[in-house]
Amino acid sequence: MALIADYLVQGCQMLLILLLAPLLTGWVRAVKARLLRRRGPSVLQPYRDLSKLLRKEVVLADSASWLFRVAPYLIFAALWVAAALVPTFASGLLFSWTADLIAIVALLGTARFFLALAGLDVGTSFGGIGSSREMMIASLAEPAMLMMVFTLSLLAGTTELSSVARFMLTAEVGLRVSLALALLALVMVAIAENARIPVDNPATHLELTMVHEAMVLEYSGRHLALIELSASLKLLLYLSLLGCIFAPWGMATAGAGPVAYLGGAAIYVAKLALGGLLLALFETSIAKMRVFRVDQFLGAALMLGLLGALLLFVSRSL
Amino acid sequence: MPAGVRFATMSLPLLLGLPMLLLAVGVYAIAAAQRPEGGRQVYGIALFACVVLLALALGHLLAGRAPTTLTLPLGLPWLGAHFRLDALAAFFLIVVNLGGAVASLFALGYGQHERAPERVLPFFPAFLAGMNLVLLADDAFTFLFAWEFMSLSSWALVMAHHQEPANARAGYLYLVMACFGTLALLLAFGLLAGPDGGYGFAAIRAGTTSPGFAALVLVLTLLGAGSKAGLVPLHVWLPLAHPAAPSHVSALMSGVMTKVAVYGFIRIVFDLLGEPALWWWGGLVLALGGITAVLGVLYALMQHDLKRLLAYHTVENIGIIFIGLGLALAFQANQMYASAALALTAALFHVLNHSLFKSLLFLGTGAVLTATGERDMERLGGLIHPMPWTALAFLIGSAAISALPPLNGFVSEWLTFQAILISPELPQWLLKFLVPAVGALLALSAALAATCFVKAFGITFLGRPRSPAAAGAVETDRYSLSALFVLAALCLLAGILPGLVVDGLAPVVSLLNGGARLMAQHDRPWLTLVPVVDVKSTYNGLLVLLFMTLSGFTAAFLIHRLASNAARRGPAWDCGFPDANPAFQYTAGSFAQPIRRVFGSIVFQARERVMMPPPGDLRPARFEVKLRDPVWERGYAPVAHAVVALSSRFNYLQYLTIRRYLSLVFGALVVLLLGMVLWR
Repeated sequence: MALIADYLVQGCQMLLILLLAPLLTGWVRAVKARLLRRRGPSVLQPYRDLSKLLRKEVVLADSASWLFRVAPYLIFAALWVAAALVPTFASGLLFSWTADLIAIVALLGTARFFLALAGLDVGTSFGGIGSSREMMIASLAEPAMLMMVFTLSLLAGTTELSSVARFMLTAEVGLRVSLALALLALVMVAIAENARIPVDNPATHLELTMVHEAMVLEYSGRHLALIELSASLKLLLYLSLLGCIFAPWGMATAGAGPVAYLGGAAIYVAKLALGGLLLALFETSIAKMRVFRVDQFLGAALMLGLLGALLLFVSRSL
Repeated sequence: MPAGVRFATMSLPLLLGLPMLLLAVGVYAIAAAQRPEGGRQVYGIALFACVVLLALALGHLLAGRAPTTLTLPLGLPWLGAHFRLDALAAFFLIVVNLGGAVASLFALGYGQHERAPERVLPFFPAFLAGMNLVLLADDAFTFLFAWEFMSLSSWALVMAHHQEPANARAGYLYLVMACFGTLALLLAFGLLAGPDGGYGFAAIRAGTTSPGFAALVLVLTLLGAGSKAGLVPLHVWLPLAHPAAPSHVSALMSGVMTKVAVYGFIRIVFDLLGEPALWWWGGLVLALGGITAVLGVLYALMQHDLKRLLAYHTVENIGIIFIGLGLALAFQANQMYASAALALTAALFHVLNHSLFKSLLFLGTGAVLTATGERDMERLGGLIHPMPWTALAFLIGSAAISALPPLNGFVSEWLTFQAILISPELPQWLLKFLVPAVGALLALSAALAATCFVKAFGITFLGRPRSPAAAGAVETDRYSLSALFVLAALCLLAGILPGLVVDGLAPVVSLLNGGARLMAQHDRPWLTLVPVVDVKSTYNGLLVLLFMTLSGFTAAFLIHRLASNAARRGPAWDCGFPDANPAFQYTAGSFAQPIRRVFGSIVFQARERVMMPPPGDLRPARFEVKLRDPVWERGYAPVAHAVVALSSRFNYLQYLTIRRYLSLVFGALVVLLLGMVLWR
């Protein structure tokens, strides 16, 4: 019986993130619109877009191969699994030990690998430019992220996220230089990985940075819906990660009962709303940078992450 | 006599008999090479021998048998030829013969296209036999003899197509570097044997080496085994020689022979040198590994010859293996054997993984080469349409080598990361700074590897064909495909059942690590990988695969069922740009341009130049990229220049009169006698 309940809770988490992801994207867009003094579409618009796209037929380019048709499902599966492994409303769920933070980073890598290949598949210049730049950004963002993981793991003694979240709630953490550096690195990586201003612009592919949107230019119909949903899931994943590591308050523990779970879920939604608000504020207050400034931006993130890890190698109290 | 014991005593003679069989096949191949069925016979027997060797070695390792030894009255008269089979040799025998068996299977089909079979067939089985004998050798003479045999037979294979000037140059460089490496190993064994000349490995193990000599042995082994494995800066020959050979031999050289070099390093440093590891040894190996990993992948990213890209990428993976070995040395020096077990497991796991996916990728390139006659990526493209199965296997190999879960490459890198994360306990300050820096280098090389293989797969197999040869490709034969899919399946299996591999490696680890090993993994729930209990970091490839498959298929089923499954073909959209010409696609060079600009401008001093003709001039614009190889320019070119300058300076000595020669001889005699007098 308890096992069935555990499975149910795990399933709820998977469904919850899938349902919340478009809402988060809609929320960020709505806040941005208000900040620009536009009325903007409703926060529910991404759901409408998705359901419309899902029902439309797919137009495949003549030169598209089977990989182009398989990739959206693969990307979606990898990102959904990765996002579901990040603790949201409760820590220590049934399958939380399946993959640690390093594996989650690598799962994001799997999704990115296939997305970049899909960009190259049709054989157009837009897809190629997107893939090439996406991989350049990833080649700096992924090590920066792993350095952040190192910092956390040196403090918490593990790379498993539920244990990290539990550790971050204990009194021994306190304020640390290394954690501040890790937070900064993670935020910078999150901005770059989600194709946000100042690295990329999620609203258009017709700009000189042309990264994510250029890569998925050839997709249409249900494939595009899955790609968009995956992008929303990725944004949700990063905000959940920030919440779970740096603001783990209010998270229920495994087996705490439905009331605690509901409370945890409410707090989780509040965290997401706050995160989305901050993201929109940041995006509207900064200008986009040239594509060959991105390497300096991410190089700084990598150095910050490395510095955090180095401090901990030198002394556990920093 | 119980069957198990009889088998154990029998297995070593049988194991030795099979390399002899391979040698005999090599001799037979000299005669058979011209006959049409000769290739099939040679590769068939090689396949058989490799499979039997593989089975015997697997049996030895999994049954956990004690080492067996055998002495034959060959070689040096007072020494004899000693052979020994222990867990370490058995593990590397598995790696070598798995690669050998698959390469032979592939060659059953691929070898039919060989232009000069008489230059390949005799040396292929000899090469396999040489590698097997290196692993079984139990004295320095036999080891070095087999090592040289392996080097020379592979050199002959590199020179198989010697009419091409690039291949002749590659062969020359390979020969020079192989001689240099063997010289270093020879000196290392000389130091190990001591003044009494105890060249048997048993005698070396029993003796002790003073710390100064031990450090010298370490450096010499790094030079000798490292030059064969491709450690930076000794890697220069590797990316030239490996691609020059026929593709199934390239797979063996890159996937397997580099592992024999790693075996040589492990055998000497972990086994023969014995206990007295100093902490800075680990630091040295670690730093070399980190630099090798990043430089190797950056070199690979700059290539547009598919085989050369793969060969450079081997350099990266050797770096990852040496990072694990360096960590293990550092832990052992501090008596932290539990941590050393994790680092060693990671390194050995990566040895197995790399032999699987690098062989797969080289064989896939061979299939592409057969189909198109091209290995320049700028002239390929769109091969996924005519060669869907080769493309699938190559894709699996690319994903595995890019360390993507749930495939095998990720597991060994994950284990290496876990070993790095438990290393703040190391007391030495230099290591405290070095280890996180190497961790960053490892993370960087993993991310760059993914970029490299998006390029390798994407430009070669995706998009539209860039040349008529690529447009006219056909799927490769069944032997080749079955070889590719054996390796692809093994990549997946090792990725989703890593616990079983770790358990299989346990006897090797405990042999090298004073009895300490990782705990048994096979009884964990869901076969989860739990390297260290109190660290609580876990990974389960099986469940990741299961979840991904479930969610992917559920999404596909629901969408097709409830929403829409209609699809229509049309011209590519490309933002409304009429894009008829395949030359408008991204090329290998343009794909790597951002990386070239970000990293290459520092490492390779990459310079790009666009030469625009003036208005009215109808000549095409030209784009030029200049890359400089820092290792070659700083390390090798000065040496080569000095040798040339010296020899041209002394060139006149060849044209002297007889009187002058006689006076030279007299002068030399006087100098030597004076030296003798002063020495006393």
